[in-house]
Amino acid sequence: MHNVEKKAREPLFHVAKRDRIPLWQSLLIRVVAVLFALLLCTLLAYVLIGPKATPGKFLTQLFEGSFGTERRLWIFGRDTAMLLCLALALTPAFRMRFWNLGADGQALVGALASVYCMFFLGGKLPNGILLLLSLCASILAGAVWALLPAIFKALWGTNESLFTLMMNYIATNLVIFSITKWFYPGKDSMKEMAHGHLPQVYNQHLLVILIVLVLTALMYLYLYRTKHGYEIAVVGESENTARYIGIHVGKVTLRTLILSGAICGLMGFLQVSAFDHSVTAQTIGGLGFTAIMVSWLAKFNPLIMIGTAALISFLDLGGEQISTAFNVNSAIPSIVIGIILFFIIGCEFFINYKIKFRTAPKTKGGAAK
Amino acid sequence: MFKKLLSLTLALLMVATLGASMVSCSGDDGVFKFGVILLHDETSTYDKNFIEAVQRAATNLGLTEDQIVMKRDIPESDACYEAAADLVDAGCDVIFADSFGHETFLLKAAKEFPDVEFCHATGTMAHTEKLPNFHNAFASIYEGRYLAGVAAGLKLNEMIENETITAEQAKMGYVGAFTFAEVISGYTSFYLGAKSVCPSVTMDVQFTGSWYDENEEKNAAIALMDSGCVLISQHADSMGAPSACEDRDVPNVSYNGSTVGSCPDTFIVSSKIDWTPYFEYICNAVMNGETIATDWTGTIKTGSVVLSEVNTKAAAEGTQATLDAVKAKLVSGELKVFDTDTFTVEGEKLSSYLADVDTDPKYEKDTEAIKDGYFHESEYRSAPYFDLTVDGITLVNTNFG
Repeated sequence: MHNVEKKAREPLFHVAKRDRIPLWQSLLIRVVAVLFALLLCTLLAYVLIGPKATPGKFLTQLFEGSFGTERRLWIFGRDTAMLLCLALALTPAFRMRFWNLGADGQALVGALASVYCMFFLGGKLPNGILLLLSLCASILAGAVWALLPAIFKALWGTNESLFTLMMNYIATNLVIFSITKWFYPGKDSMKEMAHGHLPQVYNQHLLVILIVLVLTALMYLYLYRTKHGYEIAVVGESENTARYIGIHVGKVTLRTLILSGAICGLMGFLQVSAFDHSVTAQTIGGLGFTAIMVSWLAKFNPLIMIGTAALISFLDLGGEQISTAFNVNSAIPSIVIGIILFFIIGCEFFINYKIKFRTAPKTKGGAAK
Repeated sequence: MFKKLLSLTLALLMVATLGASMVSCSGDDGVFKFGVILLHDETSTYDKNFIEAVQRAATNLGLTEDQIVMKRDIPESDACYEAAADLVDAGCDVIFADSFGHETFLLKAAKEFPDVEFCHATGTMAHTEKLPNFHNAFASIYEGRYLAGVAAGLKLNEMIENETITAEQAKMGYVGAFTFAEVISGYTSFYLGAKSVCPSVTMDVQFTGSWYDENEEKNAAIALMDSGCVLISQHADSMGAPSACEDRDVPNVSYNGSTVGSCPDTFIVSSKIDWTPYFEYICNAVMNGETIATDWTGTIKTGSVVLSEVNTKAAAEGTQATLDAVKAKLVSGELKVFDTDTFTVEGEKLSSYLADVDTDPKYEKDTEAIKDGYFHESEYRSAPYFDLTVDGITLVNTNFG
């Protein structure tokens, strides 16, 4: 016995779970991770693009994408707001461990519902009433699109990820069908509609940004300060516990998914009434999937989501600008975005765990504590 | 909670001020700049064709790298308008967009920035919108398709002579994207070209419902070959149909550039639109302060419609010489592709046809297109409007998307 203990060797390092670390420390780890990522990206860009992509120029262009002109700054704010809106929509479902992968489709049917109202009723109703009607239609359409998979899950235990994913394809083709059938027969895109534009406050972006910020605050309060929010958290932790303490799991699932879909529908309404004034199969353009990452990165906290949504938008816009400035295709910007996200997600490891290196034993049998 | 919010706000503010301090002064500084909006990037044959033409035009005009600003992967949404506005901010004097669906959004930018010229490929709205700074352009690609069809017909003749097939078995297959006039005009001219040298030829057309779907295009080509088609051509952007032909050793007439590299045994010839002349034209016009035509049609004469090199390994003997002769007749105007003497519709020769030239939501027919014994394609507007099904062509399916 004594012999064995003597021979046991401590590895060079081992990983241990950290207790909670102070905010400044976790922020420091993140900042260091981002700096490392940027360093790697500049080196990579220099190798892949060539000598014209000096580190200074490369970083400048990355920032220029979001901050280069006043227009870009507004677009950065707008992109962040729209992404944030979808992330907010997904969050209550995610906190409940209901993997709603259908934000794209739910927002798209929302957009489509608005376009139906504006196309057929535009000019026949005052703009205010038309907008209100479009808003209701969008919210209803989004809610229905999320409610269907939820009903199936609640009643028959179907897989919600696959179900919501498939609903995306139905939504896409519904849009294509509607355009070819009604909005612009024979074509796959439609003209801009003259009616049902959201009023502009300063410019077309500000009102939308404000709406989403208010929504963020409301969602935070809903999740952390209300009984509903508590129920969602309990169902997410353990359905059995939820049942035991008298929470009706099916009811909570349906209620939460109606909310999730309704916010997606709202996002579709904003996209159409404030910006596009038309609909195509690409109106949402995969934002519903990017929103999953935004919500996850923020650990399902609506306030932190403002930051993660801004980060993703910043990277996307910076990537586009790099492609334009250095005249390269989107492959290199995608690599850059991938590296930065990898470092940001990877550094979570160092926040949750610490690496302990082998220390020379001071006393006999004095292993690391 | 409050502290968290405060630190977040502060962090965002810091980033914003950092950004704002980096704002460079771009804007119009008197130097000519050409902005280009592309649907995809070099990986799509469609966009590659535009990118290469921009580069050739830049070289010919002596423009520097800084005078060309290209925006890739711009979807057919409001993002196109924003890309255009951003190009205006960057000081571009003329902005070009390459995809049909960009049109409404480019039009929006044209209305907002009257001092900048906007040009759009394949669109239909310029001649009815009548904005002084919004222009459409296309090319009479049907002339190129006709020539490619002649090469296909010669190949069929060779097969008939070698007794590989009988004259009745001379059936071609055509993989199309959508049942739009652009595609119909293309396959009809291809068919008429083949028929001009091989009178017994027939053709089956199958639509995929997508401009780019490698699997669907491959499957459509295989289905056509299974149903007895001995030669395949296509109007879609992937390598699906050409590679299916190479696998089965069936001759292929390609589009948008030579595919001889990956199909050395079956590639005959390919037609494509060369946008270089148009780019030179619009850049020159803006630099010299001249007006750009509202609706510009490039032709085989202007060098906008070109054929690739003939692959002698797959093509019939003497193909190049015949093509040169037919091309000369097209250039001189002696030969008309849609000569009403060369085709019938439901057994009748046409003497009149109203085409849908002006854009309207109801698809109304508005312009008489047959005059002087031929269908006047791409003359009343640059985008094609020939949408008849001529005898000898069978549509396996239809797909309007």
